[in-house]
This record gives sequence, C-alpha cells and structure tokens, in this order.
Amino acid sequence: MKGERRIVRTTTWSAGPGCHGGCGVLAHIEDGKLVKIEGDPEHPWNQGRLCSRCLAMTQYVNHPDRLTRPLKRVGERGEGKWQEISWDEAFDLIETRMKQIREEFGPESVIFSMGTGRDIGPWICMLAYAYGSPNVMFALSGLACYSPRMSAVDTVQGDYCVFDAAQWLPERYDSPRYEVPKCMVIWGYNIPASCPDNLFGHWIIDLMKRGTEIIAIDPRLSWFASRAKKWLQLRPGTDGALAMGFLNVIINEGLYDKGFVEQWTNATHLLRGDTGKLLRESDLIENGSPGNFVVWDTAKQAPVVWDSGNVEYRSSDTGPALEGEYEVRLANGDKIPVQTVWSAFRQQVNQYPLERVSQITWVPKEDIAEAARFYANSKPAAIHWGVPIDMTPAITPTVQAIVSLWCITGNLDVPGGNVISRFAFDVVAYALPGSKGVIKLASKEADQKRIGIDRYGPLNKFIWRAQTDLVLEQIFTGKPYPIRGMWIQAASPVVGLGLDPKKWVEALKKLDFVVVADLFMNPTTQLADVVLPSATFLEKDGIRSWWVPLQSINKAISVPECKPDVEINFELAKRFDPDFHWKDIYELYDEIIKPSGMTFRELQSKGWAIPLEGHPSAPYHRFQKGLLRPDKKPGFQTPSGKVELYSTLREEWGLEPMPHHEEPPFTPVSQPELYKKYPLILSTGRRSPVFFHAEHRNIPWLREIDPDPVLEIHPDTARSLNIGNGEWVWVENWLGRCQLKAKVTLEVPKWMVMAAHGWWFPEKPGEEPSLFGVWESNINQLIPMGCQGKDGLGAPIKHLLCRVYKVNGREETEDA
Amino acid sequence: MPEKCEYGLLIDYEYCTGCYACQVACAQEYGWPAGTGGIRVIEVVQKLPHDKAYLTYLPFPTEQCILCAPRTRKGLEPACVQHCLASCMKYGPIDELVKEMHRKPRMVLWVPRA
Repeated sequence: MKGERRIVRTTTWSAGPGCHGGCGVLAHIEDGKLVKIEGDPEHPWNQGRLCSRCLAMTQYVNHPDRLTRPLKRVGERGEGKWQEISWDEAFDLIETRMKQIREEFGPESVIFSMGTGRDIGPWICMLAYAYGSPNVMFALSGLACYSPRMSAVDTVQGDYCVFDAAQWLPERYDSPRYEVPKCMVIWGYNIPASCPDNLFGHWIIDLMKRGTEIIAIDPRLSWFASRAKKWLQLRPGTDGALAMGFLNVIINEGLYDKGFVEQWTNATHLLRGDTGKLLRESDLIENGSPGNFVVWDTAKQAPVVWDSGNVEYRSSDTGPALEGEYEVRLANGDKIPVQTVWSAFRQQVNQYPLERVSQITWVPKEDIAEAARFYANSKPAAIHWGVPIDMTPAITPTVQAIVSLWCITGNLDVPGGNVISRFAFDVVAYALPGSKGVIKLASKEADQKRIGIDRYGPLNKFIWRAQTDLVLEQIFTGKPYPIRGMWIQAASPVVGLGLDPKKWVEALKKLDFVVVADLFMNPTTQLADVVLPSATFLEKDGIRSWWVPLQSINKAISVPECKPDVEINFELAKRFDPDFHWKDIYELYDEIIKPSGMTFRELQSKGWAIPLEGHPSAPYHRFQKGLLRPDKKPGFQTPSGKVELYSTLREEWGLEPMPHHEEPPFTPVSQPELYKKYPLILSTGRRSPVFFHAEHRNIPWLREIDPDPVLEIHPDTARSLNIGNGEWVWVENWLGRCQLKAKVTLEVPKWMVMAAHGWWFPEKPGEEPSLFGVWESNINQLIPMGCQGKDGLGAPIKHLLCRVYKVNGREETEDA
Repeated sequence: MPEKCEYGLLIDYEYCTGCYACQVACAQEYGWPAGTGGIRVIEVVQKLPHDKAYLTYLPFPTEQCILCAPRTRKGLEPACVQHCLASCMKYGPIDELVKEMHRKPRMVLWVPRA
C-alpha cells in the first residue's frame, strides 16, 4: 500500500557507514525507499545509539551520483569516457578477458585488491580462489593494519584479544560475571571517530562513567588525553621503547604476576649460551624433538624436557627455575652454558632504563614510571591500541612488548582485562590470522605463488594475503611472473590506501585489465576498464561474523541495478570455477555458519547470537580450562603451548625473538640531515567522526561538518611560519607536496603536524589530470611504499618529516 | 508574554566526544539541508597553565530545536538524545534535570526555544 511504512531490523557492515559494523539498526522503509534509519534500542552492541555516518544513510542510498549501471570504458584510461552496459554484458566481458589472462599468464597474474576488512574479505577471497589466484591484497603498504596486529599478537599468545567491555555477555555491564577495568591504557587511539576494528568505540566512554581511569598515550591532545589520569605525549614511532620502559618498571619493581609468568609463559625455558637460541630436546637427546623445549629443575639440578605437544613436563614433579644460569651437556657431548628466558627477558628489558626511554620517546621518566605503576597496580586493567602501533615497520616487536605487559600483569582473559577474541561459535568465513575458514584456495600448491610467501614468515603462518609492496614492485618488474590484471573492490588505492599514489596510477595503467566495484565514481574507478555498481548493507542479505555476536544482515531495500559484492562475486566465481559447488549465497551462508548450529534463516529470525560460557569463543580463563587448544589441554596455541615472551616463531624466521624498539626510517633521530630541511614531524590519518577513510566526501550532512582537508598545527609553530587559522598551506617533503587547510590548535605539539588523509573532491572533474582533485590534498603523496618491516609488515605512516609554508595566490574559500 | 518552559536538555559535556551524531540525527529527523539544523556541536580547546589544555565538545540547541515534540509525544527520546554515542544527553522536565545537575560537575542545562 502506498505510504505504508515498514521497519527492517538489520546489522551494519561496510558500504554505507563504511565501517567495521556491528550496530543493530532499524531501517524505516516507505514505498520501497529508505526514509529513515535509527539505532536499535534492543541491540546489545549499540543499545540504540548510532553514528553520524549511519544516520546519513538516506543521503547515501538515494544519492544522485550513485552508480546504478555497469560501465565500460570507451576512451583512454583516465579520460572519463564511459558506456553503460547491462550486467550480462559486464559479466561476459569480465569472464572473457580474465579467462584470457588466466590462460596466457596463469591465475596468479591477477591481483584481487581489497580495502580494510569488513564485508568484503570473504567474497573477494571467494572470487580470487575460484579464479585460482592466491593473490588477494590489502592495498596498504606493509598491510599496516589489523592482520599484522592479529599476526603479532598470535605470535606471542596464539590467539588474538581485545579489551573487555562485556561484549560477550548479553546483559553487558550488569552481568555478575563482568568487572569494570580500573584502568585502561588507550594507546594511539581517538574516540570521536568511534569504532576501532570490530568494537564500538564509545564502550570506553561507558566504562569511564563506571569508574575506569585512563592512561592516554598519544602525541596529540586527543579527547582521551584531555581526560586521562596520565597522558604520555610520546614522539610518534617510539611506542616500542615506551612499552619496554613500562616492562622495565613493572619487572624491576616486582609488580608482575609471578604465578602467571612461571606457569603460563615460556619464561622458564632455557636459552643456549653459545647460540642465544632456545634449547630444544633435539639438542639434548639424539632423536629428541626440535619442537620440545627444556627447563632447569631446581630440585634435581638437572634439565627436564617440556613436551610442547602434550603441554607437560616429561617428569611430573618438575619445579622449573625461573631465573639463573646453568650448564647442560648436549647430545654431542659438549657442555654449554644456558640461562632461562626470564633472565634473558630481564636483560632485554634492562636495556631500557627510563633515562634512555625518556630520551627516545620525549616523555618525562617520572610520567612513564607513574603510568606503569598505575597500570600494573590496577586489577583488572586493559590495553587498547589504535593503528599507530600497526603503522610502523617494527609493528611485531612493539606488539610483543605490549602483549607481554598484559600477560605478565595477569590481565589476559580475565573479566575487564584483555580477553581472547574468537569468532563467535567458531564461525569463520575465510582465512584470517589464526583461522582457516570455509572459503579457501583449492590447493596448497596454488598458494605457493602468493607474492611474499617465500620472503616473510608471518605470510606463511598467519596472513593469507599478498605482500602489497612486493606486488607494486612486481607490476613494474614482471618478476618472478607478470601481473596483468587487477580486481579492485571496496578499496581506493589512488586515494586512501595507496601510499605514493602516483605510482599506483602508473601501475594500474600498465595492466591489461582492471575492474573496480564501488558505489560512486572516484579517482580509482577512473582508471578501470569496467566499473560495477555495488550495494550498501541495506540492500543485501548477509552474515557478520567478527568476534561477537554472530549477526545476520537483512535486506531492507533494493536500488535498481546495484548488486551486493557477494552476489557480483558469486556469479563470476561460478563462471570461473567448474567445481564451485554452492547453489546460491544462502547455501554458502548455511555452510559458513554451520558451527553455530543454526541455518542462515534461523539466524535471521534471531538477528544476533552470543555463544554461551564453556564454548571456546566465550570468556573467561580459557587457557586454564583447556578451551583454546584443539587437544583441549590447558595452555595456548603457540609452538610451546605457552605465552612466548621469547618467540619460537621469530627465532625460526631469523628475526629478533624478543620485544624491542626500532627507530622508524624517517624521524629526527634516524634522519638528522633530512630533519634540518624538514623540521616538523608529519603524522597522518587522524580520524574524522564523519568520514570513513576516503568515503563520504559527497554526503552533504557529513561534508558540512568536516568540509576541508585539515592540517593541525600548534599556534606557536603557525605563528613562526606566519600561518593563520584557516589558511591554505603546502605540506612538503622529499617525495611531494599537497595543500591542506591549517587548523591552528593546541591539539598537536609544537614539533608535529597532523594531516587528514583520504582526501579527494567529488565535486571536481573526474577525468585526468584532475581525477577529482586527488593530487591537490592527498597526503599519501608524502609517504613512500617499500618501507615495510623486516617481517614484511608495517609501514611508516604516522612518522615522517615535512616542512609547511603558505600557499601564495590561492583563492580563499568564503569561510577561510 | 513569557513562554512557559517545561522541558530541557541536560548535557554532560565531560563525556561529549564530538561525534556529531546528534547533529546528523536531527538533520535526518527533520530533513534539514546541510548547514542548518536543531543542534550544533561546538569544539572548545581550553588553554590551561603549564602548557596544558582541555578539549571539550558541546552540543548547542539552535533556534530550530523543538525538543522533538513529535517524538516525545509518542514516548520516544529526542533524535539527538537517542543516538548520542556517548549517552551524554538527557531530555526531561527542567526540575528533574536540575536535580541531576547536583550529581556531578561539567554539566549544562539547555532550555531551548521549543
């Protein structure tokens, strides 16, 4: 009936608000159109609340510029000449061209490029794997985001974890099983932009109202820093040193949980004095296993083998020494000195006395000591970090230090601490760090061609993606094999993800065939051969499995001719893979969520589901209860079955096994000569509450709130450069320059500027050379590719150098 | 003749994070074009002694705020109050909100034109 309103209850995930989703919403539909969207008050995740981006959905869904027909390029790449075609024509064209490439060069010659996780990972993997390519790529240098973070945490403790805001408990904060953290360390994370990966950011505000006190670690005066009990204003890129300083205080002042360290970490395992490596059973006994380790029994005064597979000592009454140096006889008869991991770990930590840490980080040593003590003495306490930890080449050693903090203070998997997070009911759609998933490559052999797998340990153990920096290089060199095509979906390498974006444009132009699926034309679609119109979360049925709860996404509307990513990829997967066995997406969903015991339709009728206590995906104390390991024995899923303060995997990869600080490549310390010419630290990517990365610049309600690409600059610095608030400035370094609008503010220190990222101007011409004005203000032009860490992860995104000067002769906008 | 004021909006600005959900919720509810609406969020960076500063956001109801009378009549919260990510806004009778103000500092009570 005309004018009749119906309300559809569904779950947000990606296209639309753009984010990592999870919020329950009520979509008000009238005559098939979205007229309003509200938060669902009955949903335990957001409890009726909703962010600006989601509240602007009517302007997004019904936007006049939305892509509604597949487009075929008819001019040169970048010329902006397009012809509308039907979906059948588009599918036929893509099938033909991509099969040609596959026949001539092999399936690995096509890269499948995605943006940040969200509801794209499973479906782009499904398509790539059906085509036969292992090369799924997250298009950011060093994959510097969530998967390196998960990989690094898994390296230490075998499972990932996040702060506990009672999200595992349907009654949330009121649950008797829950405890509010006394202290939360907010490490490089800013709240107004709301939601870090797969969490609801404002849960931290809920906790603060319930008594949680904050330690803020941030060079910016963030909202948290402003309200923190302790604010540590560190120099960007020195987080590793700061974490080592925390460990120094906590260990030397005896503020750690000795019982946890002795029982649950590999602190008691022995290291060889001659090689510095772990002493293994195979060193001691002929035919001993290299996977088993050795401790020193204090009663027997002899070495005893730790059987990693059975997570037990060979001798049941073993009392292992926590500290000390001993001597053991090897299988070959040699006698060598050994020491415990804990002794070595302490020596490592003692290389970071607070004087040194203060010198590196620029944080006063008293502040570091007080913050470390407050964290260690608060029970429970939790740590949450933002992407600055991931966006540095030394991500893994930095993460090792931070994970060690919550482990040795006994805050792992306890109420209100850092709680192990698994996919609810073990429902895993696709291969992610720590899990394999339903959607996988046909064979291990096919994976051997994945770019980077032979060079970087974590890409062989945890991360099933191509290494982005190597992919870009390989597009130009053609070695070891040529790259001829790219499928880009939910990503914009020319704007948001691509560092050195002009190189990405050059790379795209070298390829034979480029497909981009998106919702609006943008600088990246301009370089495609075929553009496909994708759908928002309101236009699809789907599932969201990311930690808790397991949720269904329920179709509320259709926008003519737009297709959800999953359906686009499903159709092409069928065409590429004769063995693709799912009949439709619903059959696929049923298979993915099978471990939950529900069908997709059953899940839809509930909306969301949370696993019950006793399930491995539900807290707490799972390492004690034997809920983490497949053999159901107490312990962790690491090579030794313990939390690894000294990493077996890193040792095997030929990398430093213990946490430490590495000075990033472009800082005042590592580049004193460049620093003379570029005397300001350039940090990028501070979040806007109204944009998700490069998205939403075309949504009037949102753009009005954050209209210009902003450079935050301290009043004293601005004065010294004769720059006024609202003036356009050049930000320049040895790689390039771009124009931003100065926001003169005390939010940044004098020695640093903070540049907004992801800027393009949908209102400017799309064709080259403009590409929607992307070269005017895209700060990624000042950030290099190819500076990933030793393990292929991380990139220097938060700490570069620059100079800033006024733009002469720029026409000021009215509000300037 | 002075208008009779019964209801107000209590803002706990200690917890307003500047997420702008209130502003867009209002725009959606009443279809305001970009640039106007019933509530605006103001950013204040307060300079304090010893190189310190304090960052505050403050939602401010404009001349166009009608305290969501069409919603509250139906028993719903005003659009801004429901969606506030920090849950730092409260709608109610002025007297009750004044009592709330004794609970903690950093609160402001708005009584819009409505």
